[in-house]
Parts: sequence; structure tokens; C-alpha cells
Amino acid sequence: MTVAYAPRPVDSSEAWLEALRADGARGRDAVAELHGLLLRAARFEIGRRRAALSFVRGEDLDDLALQAADDALVAVLGKLDQYRGASRFTTWAYKFALLEAGVRLRRRAWQGREVVLEPETWPTFADGRPSTERASEDAELLRELQRAVREALTPHQRDVFVALALNEVPIDVLAERLDMTRGALYKTLHDARTKLRRELAAYGYMQEDS
Amino acid sequence: MSTRNEKLDALLGPTGPQVTCEECFERLDEYVELELRGDDADAQVPGMRAHLEGCPACGEEHESLRALLSH
Repeated sequence: MTVAYAPRPVDSSEAWLEALRADGARGRDAVAELHGLLLRAARFEIGRRRAALSFVRGEDLDDLALQAADDALVAVLGKLDQYRGASRFTTWAYKFALLEAGVRLRRRAWQGREVVLEPETWPTFADGRPSTERASEDAELLRELQRAVREALTPHQRDVFVALALNEVPIDVLAERLDMTRGALYKTLHDARTKLRRELAAYGYMQEDS
Repeated sequence: MSTRNEKLDALLGPTGPQVTCEECFERLDEYVELELRGDDADAQVPGMRAHLEGCPACGEEHESLRALLSH
């Protein structure tokens, strides 16, 4: 007697791995179920960030979620051997969908916008305490920061610091425009911040935290 | 070390050691589950908190994974 295969939800990390590696209908059903989970995660992310994309039509957002889920599925299946079991399998898989959706959302929100590598406006550092002495300190800090950005950073570090920290360009948008990875850009930003902090400390503008 | 000016300190990012974006993604699932279980996630994944404060994109993904699992 043969027992007909009936798909049922996969309910543990080990079962996910086994099902996704299975041949035939069992493997196909597991992949379809995983795609459904990834699509749910991508839609969840888009729902959370929808306010930044009020100009995008609903069906375009659905397409964006589907593309994110498709790419996340490819990434998850390609990295199955890297799953270490440090979290539930579904948690591990969700992060791929959130990454894909998040990157697409940030890039969509900036589509057609110019990325400015010069300071659009320097922030004012007033901290809300209306004191003449405080305002004078803040103005001095701002001048010192401007000098340090100009003199202590390399041109590339300056561009990255200005775009990411001052002009708040999303890192994935800048990464795409400069053909760099998020990790490489963040390393540049981190190095720039370290230099600026060191420069401000050398001139007595940094203090030990109490 | 800080400048005692919150806005400038935010521009300069967190001090101290931190993981890279790649290491952050690698361990984000583990970190969030530790947090949601009430374990000391920062002790078990050193440098993660500082990175999440310094990198807005990784920070958003952390918030989203936490929210999705709590949903």
C-alpha cells in the first residue's frame, strides 16, 4: 500500500531544512511555503515604511514586496548550508526578506532624487537651552566640526560623511550610486567619525562621559 | 568620550567597538531572539548595540525583525 503525500506546514527548524532539501512534491511545497513566509515579511516591512512612499501606487508596492520575497527566497536557498541554528529557521529566513524589502524601499523613495555630496545645510547644534554662553559654545563646536571635515578627512571620507551623516542619504542609496557595498560605505563612515572625534579631542572639544 | 552636545554626538556616532554591517546581518536573528527571550543579548553579541545605533539601515532591520516576531 502506498500512502499519498499530503502537504502540511513545516513546524521546526530541522523539518524546514529537511523539507527544503527534499526532492519532488515535498521539496516544492516547502519552497512554496517558505516563499509565502518571506512575502508576508516583505509586506510587513513595506507596511511599516509606507509613509515614506505615499507617492507610490499600491500595486507598485505589491510588486516591490513580491520582488523582495523572490530575491530573499533565492538568497535563503543558496545559503541553507550557512544556517547555524542560532535562531529559529523562520527568524533566520525573515531577515533576508526584511533586508531585500528595506533596500528596495529606500532606493524607491530616493528614485530620481539627486544625492548631494556637499553639505546642504549644516545643522545647528542648539540644544534647546536658551543661554548666550551655550549658544556661543555651540557655534564654536560647529565651526570646529566644519574645519575638521574640511582638513582631517580624505575627499572620499568627506563625501560619505556629508551624504550619510549630514544629508541623511540612506546608505543603500549611496551604495548603489557609488557602486559600493553597504559594509564598505559604513566602514568609511566609521573611519571618518573616528578621525573627527580624534580631531575634536585634540582641540579640547571632547570630554570623558560622566 | 562625548562633546556634551547630543546633536553633534549623534553625527559622530557611537564610540567603542562595534560589529560590521556583514557581522550585524549574520547575527541579527540570534540577537533579536535573545532580546525577545529577555536574555542579555548585548553580552552575547558584543558590539551589536553600538552598530545598530550608528548604522540607520541595520537599525531599521533590527526594529523590523523585532516587530515582525512580536506581531
